[in-house]
Amino acid sequence: MSTSELPLLDDSFKKEEDTLNKSKIVSSKNSFSKETLLNFYNDMLLIRRFEERAGQLYGMGLIGGFCHLYIGQEAVVVGLQANVNQKDTIITTYRDHGHMLATGMDPKKVMAELTGREAGYSHGKGGSMHMFSKEKNFYGGHGIVGASVPIGTGLAFSHYYNDDGGVCLCYFGDGATNQGQVYESFNMAALWNLPIVYIIENNKYGMGTSVERASASTDLHRRGESYGIPGVAVNGMDVKEVYHAGKSAIDHARSNKGPIILEMKTYRYRGHSMSDPAKYRSKEELAKMRAENDPIDCLREEMMSSKMLDEKSFKEIDKKIKERVIEAAKFAQESKEPDPAELWTDVLLEV
Amino acid sequence: METEILMPALSPTMKEGKLAKWLVSEGEKVSAGDLIAEIETDKATMELEAVDDGILKKILITEGTDSVEVNTPIGLLSDNDSNEKEVSKISKTDKKNILKEKIPVISKKEESASKTVIRDSNNHRTEVHVKENSVDHDSVEITVREALRDAMAEEMRVNKNVFLMGEEVAEYQGAYKVSQGLLEEFGSKRVIDTPITENGFTGLGVGAAFAGLRPIVEFMTFNFAMQAIDHIINSAAKTLYMSGGQMGCPIVFRGPNGAASRVGAQHSQCYASWYSHVPGHKVVSPWSGSDAKGLLKSSIRDPNPVIFLENELLYGQKFDVPTSEDFLVPIGKAKIEREGSDITITAFSIMVGKALSAADQLSKMGISAEVINLRTLRPLDIDTIITSVQKTNHCISCEEGFPYSGIGAEISSQIMEKAFDWLDAPVKRITGKDVPMPYAANLEKLALPQIEDIINAVNVILSKS
Ligand SMILES: Cc1ncc(C[n+]2csc(CCOP(=O)(O)OP(=O)(O)O)c2C)c(N)n1
Ligand SMILES: [Mg+2]
Repeated sequence: MSTSELPLLDDSFKKEEDTLNKSKIVSSKNSFSKETLLNFYNDMLLIRRFEERAGQLYGMGLIGGFCHLYIGQEAVVVGLQANVNQKDTIITTYRDHGHMLATGMDPKKVMAELTGREAGYSHGKGGSMHMFSKEKNFYGGHGIVGASVPIGTGLAFSHYYNDDGGVCLCYFGDGATNQGQVYESFNMAALWNLPIVYIIENNKYGMGTSVERASASTDLHRRGESYGIPGVAVNGMDVKEVYHAGKSAIDHARSNKGPIILEMKTYRYRGHSMSDPAKYRSKEELAKMRAENDPIDCLREEMMSSKMLDEKSFKEIDKKIKERVIEAAKFAQESKEPDPAELWTDVLLEV
Repeated sequence: METEILMPALSPTMKEGKLAKWLVSEGEKVSAGDLIAEIETDKATMELEAVDDGILKKILITEGTDSVEVNTPIGLLSDNDSNEKEVSKISKTDKKNILKEKIPVISKKEESASKTVIRDSNNHRTEVHVKENSVDHDSVEITVREALRDAMAEEMRVNKNVFLMGEEVAEYQGAYKVSQGLLEEFGSKRVIDTPITENGFTGLGVGAAFAGLRPIVEFMTFNFAMQAIDHIINSAAKTLYMSGGQMGCPIVFRGPNGAASRVGAQHSQCYASWYSHVPGHKVVSPWSGSDAKGLLKSSIRDPNPVIFLENELLYGQKFDVPTSEDFLVPIGKAKIEREGSDITITAFSIMVGKALSAADQLSKMGISAEVINLRTLRPLDIDTIITSVQKTNHCISCEEGFPYSGIGAEISSQIMEKAFDWLDAPVKRITGKDVPMPYAANLEKLALPQIEDIINAVNVILSKS
């Protein structure tokens, strides 16, 4: 984990930097058990295969509307979610399938929402961009760029208000960092010392616009400086680095030190949504990223070269995951469409 | 085992596409993730990835084939590994019901001439005679998307103060490809990609307009204009009044409005009645290609803020559009798209097509419906509606938006105030349902007003009176 080059404002800031630097030292030792790494691998692969299958169902016309795939970014959510406890809350954008799977939501019910069926998390009424699970403290699934930031700040406010020890993990994109409401939120979070980790998933592009073309300053982790919010840039293609950065940041927020920003440097392999031909970047850029930094391939190679697991075992895992995803797709196709009467329900609560 | 490779849907609205190129040949091995073909949609060329490993056993649709319907098998993939069984074919019944809506052919004979007052940037008044679809104009069949682009290009050529800004309008050529070619012609000073920061660039546009420039602000969709509605209303629409007439705001806010296709509650909303509620700006909503071109040109020339509500599903539809650069459609005038004597149907935007289809079918039942394309929602051309109602004595209003305080509510109350004695039955409103837009295909269809709803309502009204 590379720590930010925050110009330090005062000593209290310096302390934060030190903690983060220390965690860097810890992280450089490979202190992960085989079991942990296997969990990472499984979770990332599940997201990858799930998303590939969703893309296929979209092509078949079984999923409609917008469908934003998370392929390439898997290490971010898997590394971070491995740190949360039951009280913590999670919120993200429309690129949300990976987040739901990583919070332990059921792939079958996520896929059934994608196909717009009764068995989906929102009974077919939300779709790809709008799923929620109170049970898993997953607060959506938001289609408006920037919206997850103040809402996430509100979740953090509830942790502070209830003094429940929980932290909000609030995800948003690089493009979203230019929305005014992000800074309104930063100010309040810092002012009231709210327990929140702001996670900027910097996949280099907001739709067809690169960070460089949209942002006057591209060190997105430094966007909290004027509010005194520390920020760290992290290699979001490496699940272990993400895990450690997440651990430090969540500890920071949980120990009443206020908000913190993690800028996850990542990459999306597919277009912005299904209809984006992604002509704004070169094939070489994508190919290089895939070949050199793929979070899943890298972890597999590492585990193989350190003899933790052999190829046969990996094949076995791959097969199991593929079966799970096929099962989810089957479930999602066989589930019924919502009852027409559902059109009128859930508009207001009856009183 | 063998798997069919199906023609994929590559966008929410794609129904067919061109199989431009095969990137692998028969007999070649492919792995999941490999690019296997290039598909052209109406917006872009997309690459198709293999989802499974296997061998491309057979090409069923040769490259260069146009109009291949979504879900048509285009190739056969045979499995490398016969142990792994998997069915990825979908049953015929599972296939998405592709909505094929026939757009009726509009008679081109009609000739409506009217007067419009145009002010230039120095607020000089000129009266222009507008003739549409008349013999004066050569016309060409183009899409609504092209008509909008042509309108902007023509106005940018004649007025150096006109510029376009919004998300993805320049290098990407528009999220819906409406601004195609504009960056190339006008350069990056006049065709500007903004960050995703609607409230900021809307306010900036308003300031630039106060200072005499003529911004066209594109919202990727009007759903995102909600981020900026304060500037649209508080800054743009009220300043002329608050400044005692000193400071006008010649600005166009445009972009797709209303439902697209299964994009859910936050991305499918009609803002017609929201904006129409407010004094200080004009609200325009085109249906056809000539509406789009002529009204957008008038909007850009108008010295006031204009809210220009387009519809994504109409972008790809083709219409005959006059080529003359003098062709304008006046703001504030409705158009009778089809004459009739039994009932008046008012509609705007995509609902005009549905109303015309309904009228077609009604004529087979012996009912003659007059269809009015409102074109402008504020100021509303109530005179055209009243004149029609005085002839037909019945009226139905159609819109996609919510019923409560909608455009139909305004129309029916004005008819009641101005032509109560001419009515043989109460005015009926056809609207979207009073619920947020659901995602599921069946629910979305129920939520949106359909052609059958119009036909049924007409039958009910006429049988009652
Ligand atoms: C307020 C608003 N403006 C525009 C859009 C359209 N839009 C959807 S996603 C997107 C790009 C966002 O990019 P980024 O924040 O980097 O997230 P990513 O898609 O890369 O995950 C845009 C412009 C929107 N949904 N909401
Ligand atoms: Mg991004």
